[in-house]
Amino acid sequence: MSRQYETVIGLEVHVELDTKTKIFCGCSTEFGGAPNTHTCPVCTGMPGALPVLNKQVVEYALAVGLAANCQINQYCKFDRKNYFYPDNPQNYQISQLYLPICHDGWVEIETAGGKKKIGIHEIHMEEDAGKLIHDEWEDCSLVDFNRSGVPLIEIVSEPDMRNADEVLAYLDKLRMMIQYLGASDCKLQEGSMRADVNLSVREAGSSVFGTRTEMKNLNSFKAIARAIEGERKRQIELIEEGKKVVQETRRWDDNKEYSYAMRSKEDAQDYRYFPDPDLTPVVISDEWIKEIRDRQPELQPQKMRRYQEEFQLPEYDAGILTSSKHLADMFEETTALCGKPKEVSNWLMVEAMRLLKDHDQDVEDMVFSPGNLAKLIGLVDRGIVNRTVAKSVFEEIFARDVDPEAYVEEKGLKMVSDEGALRTAIEGILEANPQSVADYRSGKEKAMGFLVGQTMRAMKGKADPAMVNKIVKELLTK
Amino acid sequence: MCILELSALELGKKIKSGEVTVLEAVEACLGRMKEMEPGIHAYVTVVDEEQAMERAKEVQAMIEEGALTSPLAGVPVAVKDNLCTKGLRTTCSSEILYNFVPTYTAEAVLNLEKAGAVILGKTNMDEFAMGSTTETSAFGVTRNPWNTDHVPGGSSGGSCAAVAAKECFYALGSDTGGSIRQPSSFCGVTGIKPTYGTVSRYGLIAYGSSLDQIGPIGKNVSDCAAVLEAVSSYDNKDSTSIPREDLNFTGALVNDVKGMRIGIPRDYLGEGLDEEVRAAVLEAAGALRQRGAMVEEFDLSLVEYAIPAYYVIASAEASSNLSRFDGVKYGLRAKEYEGLHQMYKKSRSQGFGPEVKRRIMLGSFVLSSGYYDAYYLKALRTKALIKKAFDRAFAEYDVILGPAAPTTAPKLGESLKDPLKMYLGDIYTVAVNLAGLPAMTVPCGQDRQGLPVGLQLMGDCFQEKKIIRAAYTFEQTREGR
Repeated sequence: MSRQYETVIGLEVHVELDTKTKIFCGCSTEFGGAPNTHTCPVCTGMPGALPVLNKQVVEYALAVGLAANCQINQYCKFDRKNYFYPDNPQNYQISQLYLPICHDGWVEIETAGGKKKIGIHEIHMEEDAGKLIHDEWEDCSLVDFNRSGVPLIEIVSEPDMRNADEVLAYLDKLRMMIQYLGASDCKLQEGSMRADVNLSVREAGSSVFGTRTEMKNLNSFKAIARAIEGERKRQIELIEEGKKVVQETRRWDDNKEYSYAMRSKEDAQDYRYFPDPDLTPVVISDEWIKEIRDRQPELQPQKMRRYQEEFQLPEYDAGILTSSKHLADMFEETTALCGKPKEVSNWLMVEAMRLLKDHDQDVEDMVFSPGNLAKLIGLVDRGIVNRTVAKSVFEEIFARDVDPEAYVEEKGLKMVSDEGALRTAIEGILEANPQSVADYRSGKEKAMGFLVGQTMRAMKGKADPAMVNKIVKELLTK
Repeated sequence: MCILELSALELGKKIKSGEVTVLEAVEACLGRMKEMEPGIHAYVTVVDEEQAMERAKEVQAMIEEGALTSPLAGVPVAVKDNLCTKGLRTTCSSEILYNFVPTYTAEAVLNLEKAGAVILGKTNMDEFAMGSTTETSAFGVTRNPWNTDHVPGGSSGGSCAAVAAKECFYALGSDTGGSIRQPSSFCGVTGIKPTYGTVSRYGLIAYGSSLDQIGPIGKNVSDCAAVLEAVSSYDNKDSTSIPREDLNFTGALVNDVKGMRIGIPRDYLGEGLDEEVRAAVLEAAGALRQRGAMVEEFDLSLVEYAIPAYYVIASAEASSNLSRFDGVKYGLRAKEYEGLHQMYKKSRSQGFGPEVKRRIMLGSFVLSSGYYDAYYLKALRTKALIKKAFDRAFAEYDVILGPAAPTTAPKLGESLKDPLKMYLGDIYTVAVNLAGLPAMTVPCGQDRQGLPVGLQLMGDCFQEKKIIRAAYTFEQTREGR
């Protein structure tokens, strides 16, 4: 069709905060315990139990809010959101509606379309629910309350995004920022970061919003991109057919690449929000805000600038290295140990990235110790191993965190720079390959590469390549 | 000497001196319960006799070792059935918790246990503390020991009746809109509702969280002061708990009110107040004036708004607080149901009684979108105005004096027919909860039927000592009557 459409997208992002204990009780937030072992009267909704706010949750929420340029509600409150569901032991969720901790902020994203500010409507604190396990054999459902009461913040954006690229850039920005603050590891697959997409379409140039839908169950960046494309198409088709988009919540099925209606606005529940009388208002003093601000770590933009200045890294490299707090930490720790930022950057940017891609892993999955990479760089630098060997040793470090010094020793991978031994070996190679020698001498310089390669292979890759080059050339031109 | 005639503090002294053993005290109570319970029914659950004896021996040994020095060490107590007691069934007098055995003990009860209390059982109450007669209990009514045709009041009717019938030496109750003071008045005993935040609510099964407070019910002012001292504590498990340094309430047991300024709100003496109750209350005011207090009438104002504000706020909170009773985790689950929704519906329909359902519906309604501002927010504003009215009054007076209830105890079966009338019976008590104030009831006479009348004394926040002093002095004027 000839009509042009604009997509309008806003995001609700839930982030599980990395506190040791739950938001309203002292139970552990650790993932993976046996069912109902990280529980107490409070997080299982026992009669008479009362919530007490974990101060660390407020501090993380403040840190994220400040990093996202938000206004702070210095008098904020918790409200009860009332609804019946068995994963929610009290049948109300303690959340914030009327006075959320942060509001009216923004983050800047960069896409192919340039830089853009995305507004943050609000950030509020709330508790997570438990987990329902349906046992089809027994035809019953069981509840695990280990996750009940794990602290969350919900970051609600303004409807400022127009395409999947912007959404992914925004999510990446949030993830990076929150990881840098140490407030969460933000893993979509594991659910420590969850995004719901609110999407509507309108004719290009229109200033009124179309009817929006909310999409849930988006477990990866790829799924989000696909869901946005799918929902955009679905809505445009409806409009083109003269039908109406219904305001509803839809569940994305990434395998079928289609979303299904979960509930429409008509059967939307009345949550009967009201201030939780069991919790006193949270009063946030100027001093407290200052304290959090002063404690704020170096965030990605500053770190990237510093890498360019302090380590003379190119902008691109500095951008990649700082794109993950974990990667930046590994870079800095390794550099501190070996003093060779460019070398460290090369290993991480080239070899490590290649291996991650090969193994389909995230940067966060890279767990070798910086000390071992530093040692490897030292081995290369001192001419103890050549680069070819070093690459294979790095694979071992990457996979099993081996100590490269011990490994090189044990496997006999030290570089051979003994000129006499190399000369003897090369003489043998030349003798065995008279055609190549003749080719070279008749002007086919490429033949030398073949002879060098044959030598390296004969030396099991351990020969000093510079010296091999020198001797081959010398013997060929003799 | 009959042990049962002793006050809690007198018994504590005799236990300490070796005149009475803890076991004897417990046995006396258990014996009395056997005799009285068929007629009174103050208890929902009585502890296992052997367990009580065990505990008595344990406490006795600790007293003899000198490990327990509290004036209440060894004194048997009854606990309202909305306070969680580990291993001891706790029902809130509701079908929905008919089999609920808590995994932990309420902080206030723990404090008593630390002081050496021996728990005798859990007392009957209006279901989830919703009611003013103890008739809404799912496990049968409690009768007034003064006249068993009459109600004991409520919702802490079981606790007050148990004290009045000498089936325990003192009891714990809870007060959301008068639930300690009104039944104390009807049963001729003494009870204190402390300043909000003084006693930890941890383990108190909530009705109206912003109004609920636990308090003592006893035979006299001294016992109540001592018990309040024992149960009060700052508790970091209760966010609304307030750290206080002035918890030595027994220090206020002083027989002197010279110069004390006492105000009587005219609003508390108006239409609806029974003539005999009015006469008894004014006579009590006269007695305090004779002892040197300055007593005068004044206009408190806003009293007529306290009832609607109270019922909106308490019901709103209750509708949310009671949603956890759903048949999933504990308590009653309907036997037959299909699917989750029906399990909820049937379990809750069967588990809650009519008064509780009425308040859940009322509370859900006032919180609904579109009505929230008109009802709930307006009630919160009214609450703030009532607090201001009290602030003005306490700028003039040390203590406010009035009746605890407009009448003496009504007959069984009279109140539930007209819930609105029953709600209006809370007129003199609910304002105190809305303002978070301390208040207490002391007996001040009887009507022609021989039913007790209670005098209510109210203080400013944290001024329990003033009301205890006034109550103690008044009590001395009645010695020997």
